Amino acid sequence: MHMHTEALIGELQERARQIRLDTLDMVYRRQAGHPGGSFSAAEILAALYFHHLKIDPANPAWPERDRFILSKGHAAAALYVALARRGYFPLADLEKWGHLDGHLQGHPDRIKTPGVEMSSGFLGHGLSIGVGMALAQRLGGPRYHVYALMSDGCMQSGVAWEGALTAAKYRCSEVTVIMDYNDVQLDGAAHDIMPLEPLIDKWKAFGFAVLEINGHNLRQVLDALDEALEIHSQPTVIVAHTTKGKGVSFMENTALWHGAVPNAEQYAQARAELQEGA
Amino acid sequence: MMAEIPQRQAYGMALAEYGAVNPDVVVLDADVSSSTLTKFFADRYPARFFNLGVTEASMVDVSVGLALSGKIPFVNTFAALLTLRACEQIRTCVAYANANVKLVGGYSGLSDYKDGPTHFAVNDVALMRAMPNLTVIAPADNVEAARMVAAVAEHDGPVYMRISRAAVPDVFGPDHQVQIGKGVTLRGGRDVTIVGSGSMMGRCVKAADQLAAEGVDVRLLNIHTIKPLDVDLLRQAAEETGALVTAEDHSVIGGLGGAVAEALGRCRPAALEYVGLQDTFAGTGPDTESLMDAWGLGVVDIVNAARRAMQRKA
Repeated sequence: MHMHTEALIGELQERARQIRLDTLDMVYRRQAGHPGGSFSAAEILAALYFHHLKIDPANPAWPERDRFILSKGHAAAALYVALARRGYFPLADLEKWGHLDGHLQGHPDRIKTPGVEMSSGFLGHGLSIGVGMALAQRLGGPRYHVYALMSDGCMQSGVAWEGALTAAKYRCSEVTVIMDYNDVQLDGAAHDIMPLEPLIDKWKAFGFAVLEINGHNLRQVLDALDEALEIHSQPTVIVAHTTKGKGVSFMENTALWHGAVPNAEQYAQARAELQEGA
Repeated sequence: MMAEIPQRQAYGMALAEYGAVNPDVVVLDADVSSSTLTKFFADRYPARFFNLGVTEASMVDVSVGLALSGKIPFVNTFAALLTLRACEQIRTCVAYANANVKLVGGYSGLSDYKDGPTHFAVNDVALMRAMPNLTVIAPADNVEAARMVAAVAEHDGPVYMRISRAAVPDVFGPDHQVQIGKGVTLRGGRDVTIVGSGSMMGRCVKAADQLAAEGVDVRLLNIHTIKPLDVDLLRQAAEETGALVTAEDHSVIGGLGGAVAEALGRCRPAALEYVGLQDTFAGTGPDTESLMDAWGLGVVDIVNAARRAMQRKA
């Protein structure tokens, strides 16, 4: 396992803060989007796109690139920020999110947006698609690791657990699921709407190696991503406990901000809080 | 004449043969490989075969991952399960993402006569045809089904193809060639056009024979590709015969008949009649042939529809 320096941790914390700020700007500018689930995933996306993933923004189709699938497609804005700031397309494109003449769709589109590995929107697909990307490697060709970022909503869908069965059958150690477990969904708390607990037991019973972390602690995120690469006999899930709306006091842990848009006053306050959070 | 082997067997054998030609082809099945007969491929290429059990929705997503990694996945299960249970996966992950996945629905139409309406696929074409990016194919007989395996694999983009469980009448000789999107004229004629597809094609030939014996000059078209539709061929038939009958082993809503009506309504309206299931689930039967006869898919139904269409000609 790598030792991650304080400098790296600090740099990624700044990246995560930037993802939140840019996402907030995008949601406010567009008067649409999903701030809550974007903020809960900011450290995970920062760790992946600015350190962990083996990718080349100048060559998005590089055959040996790692694959990242945003199964929780409603966090599109956060992904777009990561991709733009990593160099896949100009930062100015972010201002045209949802515009008729822009390439950034409401949810990610692999055809229109460079760096988007797979289109997503409705929840639950990422794991199964990742399993297909893992199985393809068994037949020769380039080797790479596959990451699927799933939400608690994703894991309420049948297709996700079907994919878990298949991942276990084929011992898809090429796949790491990262579960952004913020425990809040559109209609309320996930543990009220459709409880997933005992979640760790479920993943273990489905044949996964389970790493449980605080998804906002970048050292834990980086260590878990590294540790998953050392597991060669089974797929891994990193259950990342997160806070929906993380970083903005009035958005945290509330379903209201799953898909809500701040007014001018709220926007100013959110921006100030995120800037202070440096 | 009825083929000696079921269409699914012709498909399964052709898929196994084609596996030798194209090493990128992989095959997925959902616990029905002994029924769809993808087991022939599985026996020859076990490493390229994935039996995923009763996980149809996930199977489609897994195939998308394979396709995005350069493989050419043929995804198999019963047509009704594939297109209904995995419909959202097909919409979002195959069609919208334009993944190079080949969906093959077995047991199409009423061909699973003994299992009854739960197992029939009578709206699969309607669903798949409404998916942007998706090509929709219904081969007429064993030769066409076998030829389509290579054509579908080599077509760049997602495809849905439906295959009958049953033995269907031979329509074409062994030299028959197919081109996706191009209809086939079996007979020229000026009085009426019969437009057939899939397992109804053999019945269309019989109906045309019967009408010809009565002195009707019948044009006979095989539309193996329901989408994209060969509109030029159909428009010409509408212009030159003025009356058309569509015949399909499917609901009359949204399938071949719907596609032809949409196309001709736009460019050359004509008297149209639709042979197919008349917005009903049908029922179980003793064999496919008598079941099709009982539910309005008989030769006599095509003949009567042709007469009605001719009478309605302007």
